[in-house]
Amino acid sequence: MIITSEHNVIVQGVTGRQGSFWTERMAECGTAVVAGASPGKGGRTAAGVPVYDSVAEAAREHRLDASVLFVPPLAAKTAALDAIRAGVRRIVLLTEHVPYQDVMYVLAEAGTYGAQVLGPNTAGLVVPGRSSVGIMPGFARNIFRPGRVGVLSRSGSLGTLVSLNLVDAGYGQSAFIGIGGDPILGTTTLDAVRELDRDSGTDAVVLVGEIGGAMEEEAAGYIATMTKPVVAFVAGRSAPPDTRMGHAGAIVSGNRGTGASKVEALRGAGVTVVDVPGQIPGALRAHGIVPTGDRDHVPA
Amino acid sequence: MNLLEHQGKELFASTGIPVPTGRVVSTVDAAASAAEIVGGRVVLKSQIGTGKRGKSGGILFADDPGQAAAAAGRLLGSEIAGFRVDRLLVEQGVDIDRELYTALLNDPATKGPLLLFGAHGGMDVEEAGPGAVARLPIDIRRGPGRDECRELVAGAADLPGDVVDRIADLMLAVYRLYRTLEADLVEINPLVLTGSGEVVALDSKISLDPGAVPRHRELTGELVEQAAPAGTELERRGRELGLQFIELDGDVGVLANGAGLTMTTLDAVHHHGGRPANFLEIGGDAYTKATPALDLVLRNPRVRSLLVNFCGAFARTDVMTAGVVQAIEELSPDVPVFFSVHGTGEAEAVALLADRLGVTPYDRMDDAVRAAVRAAAGEEVPA
Repeated sequence: MIITSEHNVIVQGVTGRQGSFWTERMAECGTAVVAGASPGKGGRTAAGVPVYDSVAEAAREHRLDASVLFVPPLAAKTAALDAIRAGVRRIVLLTEHVPYQDVMYVLAEAGTYGAQVLGPNTAGLVVPGRSSVGIMPGFARNIFRPGRVGVLSRSGSLGTLVSLNLVDAGYGQSAFIGIGGDPILGTTTLDAVRELDRDSGTDAVVLVGEIGGAMEEEAAGYIATMTKPVVAFVAGRSAPPDTRMGHAGAIVSGNRGTGASKVEALRGAGVTVVDVPGQIPGALRAHGIVPTGDRDHVPA
Repeated sequence: MNLLEHQGKELFASTGIPVPTGRVVSTVDAAASAAEIVGGRVVLKSQIGTGKRGKSGGILFADDPGQAAAAAGRLLGSEIAGFRVDRLLVEQGVDIDRELYTALLNDPATKGPLLLFGAHGGMDVEEAGPGAVARLPIDIRRGPGRDECRELVAGAADLPGDVVDRIADLMLAVYRLYRTLEADLVEINPLVLTGSGEVVALDSKISLDPGAVPRHRELTGELVEQAAPAGTELERRGRELGLQFIELDGDVGVLANGAGLTMTTLDAVHHHGGRPANFLEIGGDAYTKATPALDLVLRNPRVRSLLVNFCGAFARTDVMTAGVVQAIEELSPDVPVFFSVHGTGEAEAVALLADRLGVTPYDRMDDAVRAAVRAAAGEEVPA
């Protein structure tokens, strides 16, 4: 999923502290935030946008292409279903600790309505210079610059470090896609890699993976068919087995989801896997991807 | 968050899933009288939060109350696979004709519930290889149909029709329980077919979804607390403080923000030839707990240097750094501290470190990591 300034965005939970703060930041980044939704708070204005009781209600007044959710975990299912059933096709679910069965229910309904879900437990996505949807600082020019390297990451903090390393080395990003740290995700590593592969503004992909699950292994088959270079870092390779490292999805059980199995699958698909994030720019250069020097270039 | 076997079996019984008659006891005398009440040959099963109890000697058999008392005496108070045994399930022996397997779990690949059935239970099903277990992905909006369950069972094992029916009904009960509890996993291994053609759950494994537990008043405090993993004393203290803290066996103490960056910091310590002493995530609101968090790290006598690695997007590095600076001032650690601070609030964080601690963070994360690793190895390294 890529959201640009062409897409109309609604913020669910816009009247909350985080919702209103980040709505203003998103708008500063060029995101077209046109409305907000907060049950029981319809008719007000928050963070510069009109507030509705529901997405269904807002959809009667606005064309809505995407929704971003700043809602508590136990309210996320109802809120996401509101957006999906109102016809919103891109759902960015930032919330952490959403019960997994609620997530599965939302994803099943999204499938029926043809909606894509990013998250849950994602920091969101950024198209530098054009949009920022979520809680990544799309406005911070030492972290994000327009460019031609697509980045996907399960982790916001690590995605930030990698993005910062890229900008520091003269690279910019075509898009940053935070896919989320939960075990069950609407947009998987494979989905995000495919999106960046198809994106004409992306010359190379930086895949930031981590231990747990099998998403990197599942993406490897597709990556083997790609012509764009892929550079990867897999976090948690030194973690002991059967220990949950912060993210609910980052647990290694037996021989499943280990760093070694991910590295092996990715290397088998022709990916350059680096040992520390600081090696990513060098790996891109080795693939002939040069810093485009377009630090100040904003794509049309 | 795993329930103990007897807790799972109580839930099974309340859902209509057949389980052997049994009693939970915590003394030798109670074990003997439980064996008397249950009657005949009994099995005494240690109630501890791990599988593989059989192989570790945590399950014993007894033919009469006297033997049951002796077996209980051996098990109670002993340590099995790192867990202290303080409770036993004394259960009726079951006439096992065949061992099967079934489970329901949240499946990341199909993004929905997945019903599993294996024609051979008891063994390490996860290691049995593909094909050993039949799979049925389920649409969570409508649940499995009885006919689908019948086909799953009949396709995987050669069983009489009435047994297939009984297993299908049991699977529907398992699904109801899984949905009611909003569980991550409900597993029966082995699911036993008795000599008289009955289907009985000989074991139970139920994992709860921590995200859903707040919605379940029926899971009382005791039920959930018993399910928590033990961990080391410092890890338990960390959990009480609401911190994600895991002790490791190295000598570089680590404080970082965000799960992904914290894992990466540990990887980087390894990459540069060192060994981390802990995983400690101190992002989000955890910065307000910086002092107790640093205290946890420093209580490990092996720690010979500290590495603080912050990279802020949503998390503000100036706020996190202020928390750590205060913690350092309060606890005055006698090991050197190395900083890498990047992202939101970086300039303020750098100024604060210079002002209060007189240190400059390293420009690159890898340099800070290298310095911390060298210092832990006994080199003099400027902070």
